[in-house]
Amino acid sequence: MLRPRIIPCLLVKDGGLVKTVNFGSPKYVGDPVNAVKIFNEKEVDEIIVLDIDATVKNREPNFELIRHLANECRMPFCYGGGVRTVDQAVRIIKSGVEKVAIGAAAVDCPTLISDLATHVGSQSVVAVLDVRRDSKTGRCSVWTHNGGRDAKVDPVELSQRLEALGVGEIVLNSIDQDGTMKGYDLDLVRRVRDAIGVPMTVLGGAGRLGDVEQLFGTFGTIGAGAGSLFVFKGVYRAVLINYPSRRDRLALYQAASSMAR
Amino acid sequence: MIAIVNYGSGNIQAIANIFGRLKVPFAVASTPSDLQAADKLVLPGVGAFDQAINELDRSGMRAALDQAVMHEGRPILGICVGMQLFARSSDEGSAQGLGWLDGTVRRFDRLVSDRSTKLPHMGWNTVEPRQGDALFEAIDAENGFYFLHSYCVVCADPNDVLATTEYGGQFTSAVRRGNVFGVQFHPEKSHQNGVQLLKTFAGL
Repeated sequence: MLRPRIIPCLLVKDGGLVKTVNFGSPKYVGDPVNAVKIFNEKEVDEIIVLDIDATVKNREPNFELIRHLANECRMPFCYGGGVRTVDQAVRIIKSGVEKVAIGAAAVDCPTLISDLATHVGSQSVVAVLDVRRDSKTGRCSVWTHNGGRDAKVDPVELSQRLEALGVGEIVLNSIDQDGTMKGYDLDLVRRVRDAIGVPMTVLGGAGRLGDVEQLFGTFGTIGAGAGSLFVFKGVYRAVLINYPSRRDRLALYQAASSMAR
Repeated sequence: MIAIVNYGSGNIQAIANIFGRLKVPFAVASTPSDLQAADKLVLPGVGAFDQAINELDRSGMRAALDQAVMHEGRPILGICVGMQLFARSSDEGSAQGLGWLDGTVRRFDRLVSDRSTKLPHMGWNTVEPRQGDALFEAIDAENGFYFLHSYCVVCADPNDVLATTEYGGQFTSAVRRGNVFGVQFHPEKSHQNGVQLLKTFAGL
C-alpha cells in the first residue's frame, strides 16, 4: 500500500539554512549539505529544499549548490526557487533532482508548466502555492516572491488550472501557519484536496507529530511537509535535526488510519 | 564492471554513489565503445519516453545495447523510464521502444477505473516479488521502494512479471525476461532496500 509521506522542508537563504515565521524573521539553523547528510541517516521519505532568495533577488537557481545537494541525497529530492525556464528545470533534473518546484513562474507564466511536463514529465513538475488568508474576509489568495506579492488568485482555482496544464504535485504552503507550529490549516487543505486529482503536500504549521497524524487521519495518503518540526527541539527552539524513527512512523500511520475509521 | 548508461537522464550520480560505497567497479558509459568493457549494464531513467529513445538513437547507444543485451546476453537493469524503454511502445509518446519485452507502457488512468487514485503514483509503496527470484533477496518488501511515475509496463507474457504493487489495482513493479531486469521504482532513492537491490544485481 502507498504510504503517506513525511517530508522535511529546508529553506535556503544566502547559502545557509534558515527557518522563518510567517515568512519573516529568518533564523539561521545550519548548513544545507550537512542537514541533508543527517536526513540521509534518518532515512526520510523525501526532502524539499526551497531557495527563498532567488525569485525575490531575481537570481538564477544556485546550480552548484543544487548539484552538491543532489549528489548527497539518498532520498528523493525536490528543489524550488528561482526556476523560470525549461532550460533551468532540465539542468536541475539532469543534476540528479527528482522534482522541480515552480512558484512565481506558475502564476506569471502558466504555460511553463505544460512545457515542463513535456520536457521532464509531469511526475517531476511541482507547483508551490504560498497562501495567505485575509484576516477580515477569510478569503485565501496565493502570494509570490516570498510572500511579498499578492497574485490575487484563489488557491483552488490556480491548483485546478495547473493540474489541467500537467503539474504532477501541488505543495500547499500556508504563510499564516508558517513557523507557528500550531497545526496545519486543515480547512484550506480540504478545499484544495477536494478539487484536484494530483498528489499534494501540505506545508506550514506542523508543530508536533500529532499534527501529521491528524493530517493523515483526515486526508489519507497525502504529503506532510514540515520545517520547524524537524529542525527545532523544545520550547526554546534549540536547533536539532530530528525525524521520527521507522517504528514511530508505523505507529503514526496506524493511529491515523484508526482515526479515519 | 558495471556500465551506467548515460543518455542525459538525471539520476546517474545517485546510482554511481551507491556503487562507489559498495566498492562495486562501475563506469559511466556515454558512447557505444564505453559499453565494451562492461559485463553488466544499468539503464537509468528520469523524463519522457520519446526523449529517452531519441537520445539513445542519437548517441548510437541503441544498437550497442541491442548487441550487448540481446546478442551477448549481458544482464541489464532498467530503472523507471529505463525499464519502460524495454517495451515495444508507450502511451507517453510515439517512438518505438527497445522491444526486449513483449509489452506496452500504459498510462495508469487507462488501467484503473478508481477516480480517487491520484496520479502520478508518488511515494513509498510495498512490492510483492515472485517467489524465489534472486533480485529481491534480502529485501524488506514491507518497507518497499520509492515510486514516481504515471505510466507502467503491461507485459504480454505473465512469466515476465517479477513483482507487483498495489495502487488502484495491481500493476507490474518489476520485470525479468532472462538477462533483462527492470524495476519501476527508484532503488537509488530507496535507502537500504535500494542499496540491497543494486548490490544483489551487481553480484548476480
